[in-house]
Amino acid sequence: MSADPVPLPPSPDGQAASATPIAAEGLATTTDPDALEQPILEVRDLHVHFRPRRGRGPVARAVDGVDLAVRQGEIVALAGESGCGKTTLARTILGLERPTSGAVLYRGRPIGRGTAALKPYRREVQLVLQDPTGALNPRQSVYESVAEGLRIHGVKGDEEALVEHALARSGLRPPRRFFLAYPHELSGGQRQRVVIAGALALEPSMLVADEPVSSLDASVRGEILALLLGLVRDLGLTILVVTHDLGLAWNVADRLAVMYLGRIVEQGPTEQVLAAPMHPYTRALLSVVPEATHREPQVLAGEPPDPTRVPVGCRFHPRCPALAGGEAARAGVDGRCRGEAMPVLRGLGEHHAACFLTDESVKKEASDRLGR
Amino acid sequence: MTVTLLDVRDLEVTYRSRAGDVPAVRGVSLQLDPGQTLGLAGESGCGKSTMAAAILRLLPPDTRTSGSVLLDGEDVLTMRPGRLRAVRWTEAAIVFQGAMHALNPVRRVGVQIAEAIHLHDKLTDEAVDARVGELLEQVGLPARRAASYPHELSGGQRQRVMIAMALACSPRLLIADEPTTALDVMVQAQVLDLLAELRRELGLALLLITHDLSVLASTCERIAVMYAGRVVEEGPAAAVFDEPAHPYTRALSEAFPTIGDRASRKAPHGLGGDPPDPRELPSGCEFHPRCPVAVPICPTTDVQLWPAGPDRRAACVHVRDREPEPSAP
Repeated sequence: MSADPVPLPPSPDGQAASATPIAAEGLATTTDPDALEQPILEVRDLHVHFRPRRGRGPVARAVDGVDLAVRQGEIVALAGESGCGKTTLARTILGLERPTSGAVLYRGRPIGRGTAALKPYRREVQLVLQDPTGALNPRQSVYESVAEGLRIHGVKGDEEALVEHALARSGLRPPRRFFLAYPHELSGGQRQRVVIAGALALEPSMLVADEPVSSLDASVRGEILALLLGLVRDLGLTILVVTHDLGLAWNVADRLAVMYLGRIVEQGPTEQVLAAPMHPYTRALLSVVPEATHREPQVLAGEPPDPTRVPVGCRFHPRCPALAGGEAARAGVDGRCRGEAMPVLRGLGEHHAACFLTDESVKKEASDRLGR
Repeated sequence: MTVTLLDVRDLEVTYRSRAGDVPAVRGVSLQLDPGQTLGLAGESGCGKSTMAAAILRLLPPDTRTSGSVLLDGEDVLTMRPGRLRAVRWTEAAIVFQGAMHALNPVRRVGVQIAEAIHLHDKLTDEAVDARVGELLEQVGLPARRAASYPHELSGGQRQRVMIAMALACSPRLLIADEPTTALDVMVQAQVLDLLAELRRELGLALLLITHDLSVLASTCERIAVMYAGRVVEEGPAAAVFDEPAHPYTRALSEAFPTIGDRASRKAPHGLGGDPPDPRELPSGCEFHPRCPVAVPICPTTDVQLWPAGPDRRAACVHVRDREPEPSAP
């Protein structure tokens, strides 16, 4: 189905602040171990801006400069609050939104534009929607729902066997018992499994799961997450999971990217990001995860900010506790926080954060400039 | 000693449907003192939202109920309609789940809050407007938000409006049914902070209902866990969350990992199976088909809440027999 992947140079492994996003010489000279492995999916300096439909108005910069790379067999969590752009990013990765600039690459090649060009890609990379109740047609039996994708993509072979196989893979056993069931006869967890089965029927390489457990009961949540882990382990699937739930990332993700107002503000291996968060936003998010044993919660005031009015400087600075608390001023970076544009964070590599205060490389740059 | 504000005794609620009777709540007793917080946990269909509705008698007319719901000593289930109207909102008020849908989309939120005030107080229009502004400020919104329509507000702001409506008649008990379920974690923290603040300032008692045990553990003094229409465990919040006595509570407690805890890294804990159909409940302990520590006597033992430590009770034969708790895998 998919064309032979033509290896492209890996993503630029320097700070991607440079105007030319694709640095071809990176291929030969890189020493970054991450770059040795070709990501299955790559997002390069992606911008997705929305213009108001009627009349004049501000442009919403939903995705405003994102680099992201997902390697084969990895679970990457993209975390952030409503309105941070994570769903727009996921939709653009799936070819459902057109980038304003930048590119989405699958196995090294830009994904196409238009339905026909995208069709093979859409078979390889499957979407698992949040809210299985909304994602399933209430008038379609489980069999019809799962077979629908097979028919759209004209998959040859024994349809019944493929549906049966997909249902079993999703943990609905015995699968034939579910063929004629309708969504309203199923529990929330079972519905989510049907949605996953619909994606698996096409034998994709990758799933993009948007809040796969947020509408499920706590008791079911772990089961679905275990299913996702099992798919990676047993089928070698790659998963990008979009969530606002850092506990989910701790449960399943190899790497974590935290998004705020259209940008990834921190990314790295999940353990490192969650055990030693660098960005003040990640720290605040982590502090409000409800638990009996309490860290000092840092409840940020106000609403998630408006993508039509992105602040200058660090986009988090108006809500940043480190800036408000004087920490940034003591470190001599407060001016930069308020006025200097932040480089786009690399999509792969070590744990790092888009923060003048806490990221070592940015910090070093800061002291160099001050002539220390 | 203060009078118990809410005293639910042996409550049973059975819905009538064409497919037969559906016993949603099957003998629940709960107490809540003035100013206290009680968390009610359980998964969809366990009867926790029916409990909320029963406390204010907001059930469909043909629903069968037995037992009693004493609100400040008066039984809500047998109250005359006039008295019931007076009690609703002035004694106890509910914040429903799904703040998106509970507000009327074509009316300004101030008007909707004012309606709740008009229902119970005879005030001049100016006094009502002033009260609306006061209520909005109490829930952390500027008074001018009264002129907004629901769609102009964010999810968190709408939930605040819902809370303001519930506070309109100065109730002593606030029942919040999944108040933060559809909200982001930061907005959830803001709403939970608000509820804690209102409790401190107004001396409100709070009955918080959610499937998220970690939310209850961080906001409530006591927790009751429901399964298939019954309370299966009850006790001080921290004890119930940290050292669950009932295997079902343990499953709920482990569902949300402690970030940083190695044991849950790449190892999500779930509970197999689905909640039972209330029309066809399993015999004995209703939880036994899904229970990881079930023993042969479970399907034939009629479980009840047995003492499970200081101020704690749990409905599990392992608790009754005081066997050492098998540790989770």
